[in-house]
Amino acid sequence: MELSKEEQSALNGEKGEVLQTAYRILVATGEATKAEKLIPVNWAHLSGVNYNTIGDSGEEFLRTISQDAKVKVKTTVNPMGFDFDHISEFDHIDDDFIQKQKSIRDSYIRMGVEPTFSCTPYDIFTLPEKDTQVSFAESNAAIFANSLGGLKTNKESAFSALASALTGKSPYSDLRKNQTDTPLTIQMKLDNPNELDFGLLGFFAGKVGDTSVNISGVSEPDRRSCKALCGGMGTSGTCAKFQFTEDVENTEKIDFGKEEMTKTYDELNTSDKGDLITLGSPQLGLQELSDLSSMLKGKSFQKRCMIFCSRAVQNQARNLDYTNEIERAGGEILSDCCTCLTPLINPSETDSVTTNSVKGAYYLKNSTGVDVNLKSLSNIIEDETR
Amino acid sequence: MTRIIVPGRANGIVLKTTNPINFLGAVDKKTGIIHDQKCDIFKKSIKNTILVFPHGVGSSVGAYTIYSLKSNNTAPAAMICQKADLTVASGCALANIPMLVLGDEEFNAIKDGKEIQIDTESEKILN
Repeated sequence: MELSKEEQSALNGEKGEVLQTAYRILVATGEATKAEKLIPVNWAHLSGVNYNTIGDSGEEFLRTISQDAKVKVKTTVNPMGFDFDHISEFDHIDDDFIQKQKSIRDSYIRMGVEPTFSCTPYDIFTLPEKDTQVSFAESNAAIFANSLGGLKTNKESAFSALASALTGKSPYSDLRKNQTDTPLTIQMKLDNPNELDFGLLGFFAGKVGDTSVNISGVSEPDRRSCKALCGGMGTSGTCAKFQFTEDVENTEKIDFGKEEMTKTYDELNTSDKGDLITLGSPQLGLQELSDLSSMLKGKSFQKRCMIFCSRAVQNQARNLDYTNEIERAGGEILSDCCTCLTPLINPSETDSVTTNSVKGAYYLKNSTGVDVNLKSLSNIIEDETR
Repeated sequence: MTRIIVPGRANGIVLKTTNPINFLGAVDKKTGIIHDQKCDIFKKSIKNTILVFPHGVGSSVGAYTIYSLKSNNTAPAAMICQKADLTVASGCALANIPMLVLGDEEFNAIKDGKEIQIDTESEKILN
């Protein structure tokens, strides 16, 4: 990869240790993706915020670099482990976890990030104009940006996005270049699919696709289904882009019908009931909270239901009164965290969780260590409320 | 063709798997032991090995796991992949773990259990 004089001198350490580290990461990821140069990006979205995932070494690393590091471009950040406003309601979270999470939060704020703590930056900010280069580490957000937002990003890692935030640059490679032909098409064969079907489609497509797939047989899914598709796809593989298209003549075709759906479902669903319910992975947007509020009219949850949305969306929803009905029905609205990898779900008290999120299901089973009962939102409302 | 992703020197015994590795979730960062039952090197330690695997998969936070392995002295001495991915490349770059990507033929020729040396400055990178 060719570097400009300025980039080379930063790599050599002439502009300090932080930038040297950042350029070392950009050079490695540039070599990995056979990039010929670095190009400017104007938005970075970072993963690596939850103490549960980055641990002591991560906390220490961020505390150290944030003494000198400042982000150069708009930078948003993924969810933390929990919601500081509600942490006192969760006795099992120990003080060490709370202190370390606080330190991580403060390190990011010191570096100048926008404290969004959200996996859905596309629900909080107006997206920049088409073809803008960004650097998104959260996989569902990268897929959303590429596929539905018209932006350009690779499926960045926690460190490659951090390097982009600190330098305002990213290697020019793969999905950042102009679209080449996508060789594989998933043919959606399910009638009237709901958001769970779209999540399963995404999980299936992520496994068989490489960097980009076509999806045919789908007509204008709603935002909830689109987000489920992005979440599922980002969980299972390396694929970072899809396009809805019927123009698939010279591509390899794979069906996603009843059989494929059932097989994918059986891989993720491990229980026929849940001890509690979680909604939101990806975190719910304003429209989703509005829909939920209408669906819950006159009903109440029969068990604990945790509802995850970003702080920005929660504030908007409060102003618009969407939260009243949800809270009356017994829903707990939590921000700055998400179903995935939150320690709020305590495996020593909880055997299984009901959710409509395929991404949530994967991490609940594999990281939190609880069984998962997967069902669509409408089935959750029907079965779990009265 | 050998591509240098992260330069450096290392030697160790090859631990080879045909499974892609999801560093967040598959590896115990305190011990370096693989605890993903679906992985064919389940229960083996990656500490100080030359870890040879097709490529990384899964969460972008896996890069932090690689960094944690290094901080805990449980990291591989080097990594060799068939396909480079951003999570492994950036994790190795920050942790200063030498990383190479090999062509299919060279990748397939590496035998599990063999001792090898890597020196990205030398004419023959792999010995």
